[in-house]
Amino acid sequence: MAKVLVVTSGKGGVGKTTSTAALGAALAQSGKTVVVVDFDVGLRNLDLVMGAERRVVFDLINVIQGDARLTQALIRDKRLDTLALLPASQTRDKDALTAEGVGKVIEELRGKFDWVICDSPAGIEKGATLAMHNADAAVVVTNPEVSSVRDSDRIIGMLDSKTARAARGERIEKHLLLTRYDPQRAQRGEMLKVEDVMEILSIPLLGIIPESEEVLRASNLGAPVTLNAPQSSAGRAYFDAARRLMGETVPQVMPGEKRGLMSKLFGRRVA
Amino acid sequence: MALVLVPEPPVADWLAGLDTQMQRSPAFFAGKPVVIDLTSLAAAPEVVAGLLEALAARGIRVVGIEGAEPAVSGYDLPPLLTGGRTVLEGIAPEGPAAPAPAEPPQDPPFLLLAAPVRSGQSVVFPRGDVTVVGSVGSGAEVVAGGSIHVYGTLRGRAVAGVSGNAQARIFCRRLEAELLAIDGLYRTADDIEPRLRGKATMAWLEGDSMRVAGLD
Repeated sequence: MAKVLVVTSGKGGVGKTTSTAALGAALAQSGKTVVVVDFDVGLRNLDLVMGAERRVVFDLINVIQGDARLTQALIRDKRLDTLALLPASQTRDKDALTAEGVGKVIEELRGKFDWVICDSPAGIEKGATLAMHNADAAVVVTNPEVSSVRDSDRIIGMLDSKTARAARGERIEKHLLLTRYDPQRAQRGEMLKVEDVMEILSIPLLGIIPESEEVLRASNLGAPVTLNAPQSSAGRAYFDAARRLMGETVPQVMPGEKRGLMSKLFGRRVA
Repeated sequence: MALVLVPEPPVADWLAGLDTQMQRSPAFFAGKPVVIDLTSLAAAPEVVAGLLEALAARGIRVVGIEGAEPAVSGYDLPPLLTGGRTVLEGIAPEGPAAPAPAEPPQDPPFLLLAAPVRSGQSVVFPRGDVTVVGSVGSGAEVVAGGSIHVYGTLRGRAVAGVSGNAQARIFCRRLEAELLAIDGLYRTADDIEPRLRGKATMAWLEGDSMRVAGLD
C-alpha cells in the first residue's frame, strides 16, 4: 500500500528540500520504491539537491496539463534504481497547479511506488496547500527557533483542516523533524530546547538532525546526505528517521549526548 | 421584563409607522428596555447596525437582539438572546394547557475542543463557554460568549464574555497570553505581571478593571 508523505514547514529555508532528498534516499536504500515530487513550481530546487538538474525534460506541470506522460517526466536516480524524481517547472508559477491535476498525478504515482514524498514550497498558499492535500502523513520540518515553531504550528493546523483526509474526517499522521539543531547553542539558551519545541507543537518526534557541514556539502554536490555521507551524524539521524517512518522503534540519539537519553520523550505522544 | 419590537421589511416603512405611534404616546418607550426580534427581517449585519442607529436616535434603548443569525453579533452590538418568552398578563386561560411545542434540539451551550488551537486559527463561540484540552498557540485566538478554560498553555488571545457577559472568566494552566479580554476590557502581555507568566492563572472583572491572579 503506497503512502503519500508531505514534507512541509510554513517557513522557508528550514530544510524541507534537503530532508525530502535525504529521507527519500534513505527509504529507497531499504529496498522500497520511492518518488520525490517537487511542488515548488517556479523555484524548483529538488532537482539540484538530487543531482538531476541536467536531466529534466518534462515536469509536473507538463504532466498535469497533458503535454507529457508521467513516465516521460519521471527521472530515475543514477545511484539508486529504487529512487525517482518528479521535477517542478521552473518557468511557470504555482497557479499552473490544479487540485484535480495534482490529485490525478498523485493517484497514478500511488500505483507505481511504495512512497510518494511531496516537497512542499514555503508559505501557506496554493502550492503548499496542494502539496499537502493528498497526503496520508506529514513531516513537519522545524528549526529550534520561535518563528519556525510558530509557522509549523500554523501548518499543523492546516494539515488538520485543509487536507483531503481532514475533509473525510480522518486523521493525518504528523511527525516533527527538528533540523539544524545545535546542542551547544541550545544549552546556552540561544536556541529553543527540544522539550520546548515538542511542548508547543505537541506532535510525535520523528528525529533530530544536528547542524552539520555534511548536509551543506551534500546539497552542493547534488547528492542526498544519506547517499553522500551515510555515516555522518546528520546522515545517521536521517536513516533513523526513515526507519521510524516505516514503523520501527528506534531510540533517539540526542546530538552531542549519549544514546538513549531522549527515549523518554517518545513516551509523550499528543494529538 | 422588556418590550419586544418586531421590525418588518421594508425597514423604512416600519420606522415611519413607529414614528406615528411615538407621536401619539411620546413617553411610551422612555426608560424601558427594548428587545428587537429580527425573525421576520432576516437582515444582514449592516442593516441591523443601521436599524439600531435609527432606534437610538429615537431614544429607544435596545438591550438585546432576538432571532438573529450569529453572524449579526458583534462587539458593538447588543447581545443576542434566545428563548425569550411572551409574558401573559392577567389570568391564564382555563382548560388544559396546550401541549408545549416540541423544542428544536439545541446544541449544548459550550464548546469542547479536544485538540490544540493552532497558530492562525480563530475559534468563535458567542453562545457560551469554550474549553480547550490542549494549548492555544501563539497567533491563535479563542472568542467565547462565556468563560474560556485552557488545559494547556495559553499563548495566543483569549476573548471571553463577548456577548456582554462581565461574569465570564478566563482560566489557563500556563499563562503566556498575548491578550486577555473580558466583556470588552482587555490586557496585553505587557500589562500582565511577569511573575504570573507560565503559571496557572485566572482572569476576571472587578468593576471596571481586570484582575489576573495565580490559581495555586
